[in-house]
Amino acid sequence: MSVKQSDFKNAIFDAGLPVPNGLCNPDGAPAQKRFSVYRNNVAVSLSEALEVTFPVVRTLVGDEFFKAMAGVFLRQHAPSSPVLMRYGAQMPAFLDSFEPVAHLGYLPDVARIELALTRSYHAADTMPIDPQVLQSIAPDDLLLARLHLAPSVHLIRSNWPAASLYHANSTPNATPPVMQAEDVLITRPEYDPAVTALPAGGGAFVAALLIGTPLGEALKTASAASDDFDFTTVLGLLLAGGALIKVEEHQKG
Amino acid sequence: MLDTNLAKFETLPNRPGVGYKPQHFADIMEDAGAVEWLEVHAENYMGDGGRPLAQLRHLAEQFPISVHGVGLSIGGNDPLDVDHLKRLKHLCDWLNPASFSEHLAWSTHDGAYLNDLIALPYTEATVSSVADHVAQVQDVLGRKMLLENPSSYLAFAESTLSEVDFLAEVVKRTGCGLLLDINNVFISANNLKIGAIDYIDAFPLEHVGEFHLGGHDEDVDDAGEVLLIDSHGREVVDPVWALFDYTLGKSGPRPTLIEWDANVPPWPELAAEATRATQILDKVTS
Amino acid sequence: MSYHVKSLAVAGAIAAALTATSTVPAAAAAKEKCYGVSLAGQNDCKAGAGTTCAGTSTVDYQGNAFTLVPAGTCASMELPEGRMGSMEELKRDLPS
Repeated sequence: MSVKQSDFKNAIFDAGLPVPNGLCNPDGAPAQKRFSVYRNNVAVSLSEALEVTFPVVRTLVGDEFFKAMAGVFLRQHAPSSPVLMRYGAQMPAFLDSFEPVAHLGYLPDVARIELALTRSYHAADTMPIDPQVLQSIAPDDLLLARLHLAPSVHLIRSNWPAASLYHANSTPNATPPVMQAEDVLITRPEYDPAVTALPAGGGAFVAALLIGTPLGEALKTASAASDDFDFTTVLGLLLAGGALIKVEEHQKG
Repeated sequence: MLDTNLAKFETLPNRPGVGYKPQHFADIMEDAGAVEWLEVHAENYMGDGGRPLAQLRHLAEQFPISVHGVGLSIGGNDPLDVDHLKRLKHLCDWLNPASFSEHLAWSTHDGAYLNDLIALPYTEATVSSVADHVAQVQDVLGRKMLLENPSSYLAFAESTLSEVDFLAEVVKRTGCGLLLDINNVFISANNLKIGAIDYIDAFPLEHVGEFHLGGHDEDVDDAGEVLLIDSHGREVVDPVWALFDYTLGKSGPRPTLIEWDANVPPWPELAAEATRATQILDKVTS
Repeated sequence: MSYHVKSLAVAGAIAAALTATSTVPAAAAAKEKCYGVSLAGQNDCKAGAGTTCAGTSTVDYQGNAFTLVPAGTCASMELPEGRMGSMEELKRDLPS
């Protein structure tokens, strides 16, 4: 009797399935509880991996609920790679459709922030530009240039106060969330990712830079998105976050 | 992208090492105590950059590093994940570790990674498959690997080989080395009712490149028998130290790792385990 | 706004941003930066501690049997407008 790994795997994820034949206690009796060691190991270890990536989602729903929800998630979405720092990419979509949290519409965006933070933490190291470079280029040329952002930079455009919710549930004495849409910028100055709510128009501006839009066009997009767009503030945030890594000047002729 | 700065240590010393945890970085840099080398789980260093790789770079300048894979599924029926093998090669080429090891276990099937080291039956068919996988790993990485004995919770009716004979056969076919986890021997001996001393006596100790020591938890099975779980969440128990002492008496000193992966203690408590290993290693290092 | 005026505005904005930003890029590999808070590594080779029950109990939450309700901060979180965790999504004013 050869035990198939597919049967083994299916019985790990579904405790309603029988333990595969051919697995025994030392006295030869069919294994039952001993097989549950594997069911336990898999469920606990994958739940713990999700707890590392989604601590604020966990705080928001409570530990008991998170563990139970993780149990459902991991059975629908087993990791497709052994590299667990990448595990959980389907969590926002899962939360979107998981009925018991349907009334918490902001949870998927908080999960998006946490996924982006983990990606940012492990992103490639890059050298920020010396800010003086921006002044060394003639303004007309700068408007045609493309500002390259570090691979640690992420943008989440939320219809909820997602950054404020994140801070309120991870930082003592953070400002309570106010009901407003927030564009959330993730940067990684040195090795520590940071979450910042962008001011008006900042989301449109960063989104434009992320797809390689020249600075002048990105400024137009941002000003169209909001009359209050303030380039100085947003540029300051990007510089402080070590987010600008290259100024690619437009090739003339 | 071989970084020559990181190619400093070619072998692990026959001294104590510990499984590296990022929260211990400052302690290790300040005073590593009896700890002379470090082991990292390969999969935690497969990002593109950031603090994990920066820490590893600094550690590698001062300590020999052992890269210990936990996700290759060498005992799987499926072919090895070539993308994962590439990631391992990328890490080993960059770090040039003093040792690379993986497990006699499976963890991936049909594209799903279970994050656990699952046992396999020991048969002529599985020994061929495991030997093929080990040969493939050594071929891709361009280095000899160590294969670690698992902890077992149940037996396979179909097994025709003992675990020791199975491992010896893989060594014979591939030229790989072995990583002997003394705690796993203790756990499996209890759980499968075999003799731990018999296991050690039969083991091809001349091929052992590293020992593991770790803590385990106790449970009971449905027949009321004590079932030991490889939790790595506490100190090494006295009977495991005794088994280590016995084994060293036969093998001589080898690189010896303390594993503590859950409920990770403050550095002094972990370093104290390394000190205890030193005392036993010193007895056989004349 | 003419193109020329806009360039000047951008130059002014950049000058202001630089004045406000004191950070100077440093070598990324400096050891001091390694001492900060680290995320836990998510891969290891430990077994789930002690009990064999978690894998079987979690099966209770599959399908329709999921009866838990969130009990974290979202359940108690009150927003300044007085709305509870079930606040309604805001419709973003998108530029045309």
